[in-house]
Amino acid sequence: MTGFLLGRLMALVVALIVASIVVFIVLQILPGDPALVILGPDAQPDTLAALRHQLGLDLPVWLRYLRWGGHLLTGDFGRSTAYGTSVSSLILQRMAVTLPLAVMAMILASVLAVPLGVWAASRRGVVDGGIMSVTQIGVAVPDFWLALLLILLFAVHLAWFPAGGFPGWWHGAGASFRALILPTLALALPQAAILARVTRGAMRDVGERDFLRTARAKGMRPSRVLWLHAVPNAMVPVVTLMGLQFSFLLAGTIIIEYVFALPGLGSLLFQAIGQRDLVVVQDLILLFAAVVIVINVLVDIVTATIDPRRARGEG
Amino acid sequence: MTRSSTLLAATFLAALPILSAQAGAPDTLSVGIPLEPPGLDPTAGAASAIREVTLANIYQGLTRIDAAGTVIPDLAKSWTVSPDGLTYNFALQSGVTFHDGTVFDCSIVKFSYGRAAAPDSINAQKELFEPIAKVDCPSPLAAVITLKRPTSTFLYGMAWGDAVMVAPNSAGGNKAHPIGTGPFTFSRWVPGDRIELVRNPHYWGPAPKLSGVTFRVIADPAAATAALLSGALDAYPDFPAPETVDKFRHDSRFTVDIGTTEGKVILALNNARKPFNDVRVRRALAYAIDRKALIDATYSGLGTPIGSHYTPQDPSYIDLSKTYPYDPAKAKQLLSEAGVGPGLTMTIILPPPSYAQRGGELIAAYLQQVGINAKLESVEWPKWLSQVFTQSAFDATVIEHDEAHDLDIYARPKYYFNYDSPAYKAFYAQYIAATDAATQADLLQKMQRQLATDEPNVFLFAFPKIGIWNAHLRGLWSNAPMPMNDVTGVSWAP
Repeated sequence: MTGFLLGRLMALVVALIVASIVVFIVLQILPGDPALVILGPDAQPDTLAALRHQLGLDLPVWLRYLRWGGHLLTGDFGRSTAYGTSVSSLILQRMAVTLPLAVMAMILASVLAVPLGVWAASRRGVVDGGIMSVTQIGVAVPDFWLALLLILLFAVHLAWFPAGGFPGWWHGAGASFRALILPTLALALPQAAILARVTRGAMRDVGERDFLRTARAKGMRPSRVLWLHAVPNAMVPVVTLMGLQFSFLLAGTIIIEYVFALPGLGSLLFQAIGQRDLVVVQDLILLFAAVVIVINVLVDIVTATIDPRRARGEG
Repeated sequence: MTRSSTLLAATFLAALPILSAQAGAPDTLSVGIPLEPPGLDPTAGAASAIREVTLANIYQGLTRIDAAGTVIPDLAKSWTVSPDGLTYNFALQSGVTFHDGTVFDCSIVKFSYGRAAAPDSINAQKELFEPIAKVDCPSPLAAVITLKRPTSTFLYGMAWGDAVMVAPNSAGGNKAHPIGTGPFTFSRWVPGDRIELVRNPHYWGPAPKLSGVTFRVIADPAAATAALLSGALDAYPDFPAPETVDKFRHDSRFTVDIGTTEGKVILALNNARKPFNDVRVRRALAYAIDRKALIDATYSGLGTPIGSHYTPQDPSYIDLSKTYPYDPAKAKQLLSEAGVGPGLTMTIILPPPSYAQRGGELIAAYLQQVGINAKLESVEWPKWLSQVFTQSAFDATVIEHDEAHDLDIYARPKYYFNYDSPAYKAFYAQYIAATDAATQADLLQKMQRQLATDEPNVFLFAFPKIGIWNAHLRGLWSNAPMPMNDVTGVSWAP
């Protein structure tokens, strides 16, 4: 298990370095000159040159990569050209929106999906069919469309929740929490639908296995069989999917934050690309990549704990 | 249902009865803007969004623009111009301080203009300051500006956001923390969400009625509509969703005010490329497009057709929108005269905004009717700037020019659509040198006509300013003679 962990950590570091190089090169190839984007069509050539020099864009590519990478290692994320402030403070500010949003959506999706999936798997007929039909709709509905629907119903017609925007946690946690409820629903419901279907499938697979038949034959109560043996065994594919879904959630926040006008990491990335705020884009993509890589490693560790054969490379 | 999901459901239910927050107290204002400004220093960036928040509200120049687009005094309370048009004597407002207490006087004028014109300046409109030979300060409240040559547009240019007054000790930090002389001071910027201003207690002029103004960034048309309907926003002066305007028109809680901006939507053509170097081909394209239908389809009928690079609110405007009425037969005839047979293939490059995306589709369909096969290529804004604007590597593009009174671009030695007319350049030079209003007006009309005759680009429509706000609000502008949201005169009706 220790060797397995070390291997995973090594892979993590290598993946991060490769990701940083890829991100940097892709942004160099991306057409568009940050100075021109800032100064617009009327700028004179000497003005553009002055700004490029100010932004350090007149240095060779390799030197800029080393500067950026070197600064990152010392915890300096650089400065945003659009905001004129440090990128780390921007990221921290916006983490306060995106992180609660993604975590709440993940929790809500899991809390809705796992019991539903288990329930559907343990019943046949109407209950199972009903749950499957509802989740089918959930899988098919795009989250931005659901977001607009939620805004129309709960914000415009019923006026229960704000239609968008984010007051900020210092304005009272209550108001900020309420601002995140509709976006959380919009992100969580489609994910819950997928998760419920996978849980049901995994439970059905497990249900056919010998050790459960043995447990039932020994006279164990059905509910104990279910929660002590079947559910933990069914969790491997479910946890794997949750890890994947968290990456999707991060991508989903880009759209959802745009629709709800939320100042999170997703909308920051969206805007930074449009403004060629290169340092911000580099930092954010690397951060997203890091989150995805770390989550993958965590999923590996969790599933290995549930099912030790995975750590030994069997099963 | 598990215990934890019951808890969660209970939490949701507990949150439901709280009504959505209404926007602010009666002396504050929340304004929607479509794009977040990249920084808050209009002297260090070209984005309209910077001006929409800061111009007139935070920063002021020697001159300013009123709602009708006329140049009026601001930090200069009056001025005289020498008969040869070279010397401007400005009398400056007394008792003016910056938000950090710095005193405004002639030394600030000298500093601000010197900084903008300096070799290492990053001012996006450096050419506004190029005619300035020197700034002299005979006394703290008098500024004498001498020009290298008569420049009839000088006073107007000094009203631009790029020419606002900034102080030596704060200019470097204005991007993140703006310090101006205006009636509102900067209070807080929550990146990605909003910018808050509060009333300046030490303002030199009449105190604004509003105690605070919040600019909220809401780009998505559906979200902007919802924010107004739910009362989260009091006003959206440049509303991004023309298709939902009717909903507000039938709602007595709102005022809908349709005005004009300085935005001119054009099908720009590369005059240096065949066959667009032939005026008959350019005119053919102009005849092939039904402007009225284009405005209906792309902007819910809310724009005004134009026939030159000039909008109805501009001084000495003449209506040339009927120069090339919709006439596909005439278009075909001109194309065959120019030796362009059916099957000509061209590419139209489209930047992201919806007017370009939707407009491009429709224009391609119109061109199809006269035998031109137009391919569409969508690009994002930075790519448009580098490919179309810097390299002139394009056939045609749909683009909005939102700089005010920018007739100068057609007189430049090199500009992306490569229009080169000695006659036009002569008119423009005379206009800039003209010192009397009648001559200026005559030349403005000559330039408009010259552009309509040569049709270097197909002039489509003037961009509307769709203003939607709470019916109790007074003092918001109908038109945008410059990209700005002057809220200094806004108040709530009793």
